[in-house]
Amino acid sequence: MKLTGAQILWESLIQQGVEVVFGYPGGAILPTYDALYDYRDRVHHVLVRHEENAALAADGYARASGKVGVCMATSGPGATNLVTGLANAMMDSSPVVAITGQVASHLVGSDAFQETDVTGVTLPVTKHNYLVMSVNEIAQVVAEAFYIARSGRPGPVLIDICKDAQQKSTEYTPVTSVRLRGYRAIKPMRRQDMPALLRAAAELIDNAKRPIILAGQGIKHGKAHEELCEFVNKTGIPVATTLLGIGVISEDHPLNLRMMGMHGEAYVNQAIANADLLIALGMRFDDRVTGNLSQYAKNARVIHVDIDAAEINKNVPADVGIVGSVKDVLRDLIPLVAKRTHDNWMAQINEWRMDTQMHDVMNQPLPDNLLLAPQVIRAIWEATGGNCTITTDVGQHQMWETQYFQHTRRNQLLTSGGLGTMGFAVPAAIGARFARPNEEIWAIAGDGGFQMSIPELATIRQEGLNIKMAIINNNYLGMVRQWQELMHDRRYSATQMWTPDFQKLAEAYGILGLRATTLDETREIIAKARAHDGPVVCEFVVENETNVFPMVMPGKALNEMVRRQPAALGTGFETVK
Amino acid sequence: MLIDHAAAARQNKQKHTLVALVENKPGVLNRVASLFRRRNYNIDSLAVGTTDDPAVSRMTIVVDASKTSAALVESNLYKLVNVIDVQDLTNVPAVIREMALIKVRTNDAQQRGEIKQIADMYKSDVVDLSKDSIILEVTGDETKIDAMLNVLSEYGIMEVVRTGRIAMGRGATRMAQKHEATEVSVVPFDNAVVGQNGHGRHT
Ligand SMILES: Cc1ncc(C[n+]2csc(CCOP(=O)(O)OP(=O)(O)O)c2C)c(N)n1
Ligand SMILES: [Mg+2]
Repeated sequence: MKLTGAQILWESLIQQGVEVVFGYPGGAILPTYDALYDYRDRVHHVLVRHEENAALAADGYARASGKVGVCMATSGPGATNLVTGLANAMMDSSPVVAITGQVASHLVGSDAFQETDVTGVTLPVTKHNYLVMSVNEIAQVVAEAFYIARSGRPGPVLIDICKDAQQKSTEYTPVTSVRLRGYRAIKPMRRQDMPALLRAAAELIDNAKRPIILAGQGIKHGKAHEELCEFVNKTGIPVATTLLGIGVISEDHPLNLRMMGMHGEAYVNQAIANADLLIALGMRFDDRVTGNLSQYAKNARVIHVDIDAAEINKNVPADVGIVGSVKDVLRDLIPLVAKRTHDNWMAQINEWRMDTQMHDVMNQPLPDNLLLAPQVIRAIWEATGGNCTITTDVGQHQMWETQYFQHTRRNQLLTSGGLGTMGFAVPAAIGARFARPNEEIWAIAGDGGFQMSIPELATIRQEGLNIKMAIINNNYLGMVRQWQELMHDRRYSATQMWTPDFQKLAEAYGILGLRATTLDETREIIAKARAHDGPVVCEFVVENETNVFPMVMPGKALNEMVRRQPAALGTGFETVK
Repeated sequence: MLIDHAAAARQNKQKHTLVALVENKPGVLNRVASLFRRRNYNIDSLAVGTTDDPAVSRMTIVVDASKTSAALVESNLYKLVNVIDVQDLTNVPAVIREMALIKVRTNDAQQRGEIKQIADMYKSDVVDLSKDSIILEVTGDETKIDAMLNVLSEYGIMEVVRTGRIAMGRGATRMAQKHEATEVSVVPFDNAVVGQNGHGRHT
């Protein structure tokens, strides 16, 4: 059967299970959009209002579904607008395939209208990319791109397709397999090494007195939730999670200490600093997790399991480094370790935990006229019973979300970790909406980040997407203001933010707008928003100079964190436990 | 099986010779170069050339591993989709060579004779001769070339070009073309499997 390149592209996408594409048309991708007209019953195209949000929505879709997210843009400015979203997917290992139009192949390299070297530009922010100059390559390249994007350590793959390749016709045969000479999903370890490494790991685990598991997003990608739980229950070893690891084990599991790192609770970081064994599973020792590396967990041996060989020994040297899928490794490891408990160690951790709680001002009455961001987060948690998907933006509200929302559902929190991309919450929620049609979805953003996403209110309205948006409005780029307060002598340079009337703004888009300035109003509008069958923008006007604590200051060791100070109003708030 | 970190560190404090087989496709050199730049790897030299397989090129890369862990360079190279195989030849028996062309200023017959003698000692050939200059071609490891340059510097070196190391393991070993046979089925795409961990309550 002879098809055009554009038709072959859609056939190939459908064959890969693609149901929704986030994109924005233009000249060089026009043939593909023309063909889409005939495929519109089989693939739903979501017209975003800025290509960055197409990439972020595809990323959100990927995180929420476990499938590959797809975004599409035209050449030149369309493609360059994707870059932030691709970098975000790259840093957080999200499987995304981006398709961009390119000028006709005979014009490549001539500085033609809207020509940009897109494969060049996106080289460092993609797992791999392709420039397709011939119609004959399209089916093959799509199959390869999807395989690369979702296998091994997932990541974004970009396919740049010349306009004439989209237009020309060729015989189409579906591609059912790929053969990549230079790609293996997992770098194979020498086979004889594996049993010895597993035994060495088991020995370290059985002999440890103060072990701790550091669980990352690799658990989610490897679908190893059950294995992790089994491993934890058998060994009795407490778990700390990374930001992206939130949701790989329930936060009401008695051995889940919750998030570690810069804004982790003090007792979690104390446990890591005092551990004699770190068991790192599918995480990469990001600097936000380790603090000062030279002071990091000084007395601990390290077992590091990751699917990416280039992560082992990158930041923290491993005594036992195992390259593999964390699910397979745990399956092999569980039978080798002894069943036990760690009563003394847990007693010690609980002592630190008590101390953490004493630093809080849970019992201190808060003035009625002040609303604190943590109270808003807690109110959303209480109202939903924790049964919803949350996306967050980047900043203070993001950290408070991790502290005051108890995550008991799998992969419940979708947040931008490695890149820290402001403007993530809303487009990610759009993506998640398609991946989880029956789930309640809350996009929590700061006033800064939300203003980066405002155009997408039109997308939400046009698509009729039921997304609850919560703006934590402190009239500041709060996290930057916090750094300025703590490190730059309160010189608030360019962090104060005027914000529009969000209620009116929402109404202009035909979206319900609500506003709260007290805790009572907060509970009220959350209830209203939940009862409303459609998108809602909720603005929460919060105390504007509250800081996120605890905090490991840059360059400091994990256990040297600045604690919550009971005296400072609103800086302490009970954690869920 | 525990790693002896001190030993590992000692072993790392040297130049490493990595050999990479890469697909002979447009942009592959750019991908490798981009990786080095992005990761801030310290590269002493990079030599690229063809092999017996027209679809495959071979790169020899010398890494200054006092600043960069050679194992990490290797793993990151391996991750590039167009890199077929990577091998660290530093601590295995290997033939390692570099070639140089050296142009020396000379315009009198006696000097020329001396230079010719030096060239012979280093088993190098005179490949060009003009009224005022002479070009020598030399092959060997870097220390040999360094030594020769040092001796010739007295006469006035006009130009030097060095190829950078090329290397090959000794004996009947062959770098693995290991991916040739790996065929992966990509369809039917199993939506049920990918979605399975969903977003429900933890069990
Ligand atoms: C795209 C982008 N630009 C800049 C930053 C730097 N940055 C990190 S947090 C932050 C402040 C965010 O302010 P807001 O959205 O109001 O959230 P808040 O911290 O007040 O909760 C900024 C500017 C970023 N992370 N991303
Ligand atoms: Mg703010």
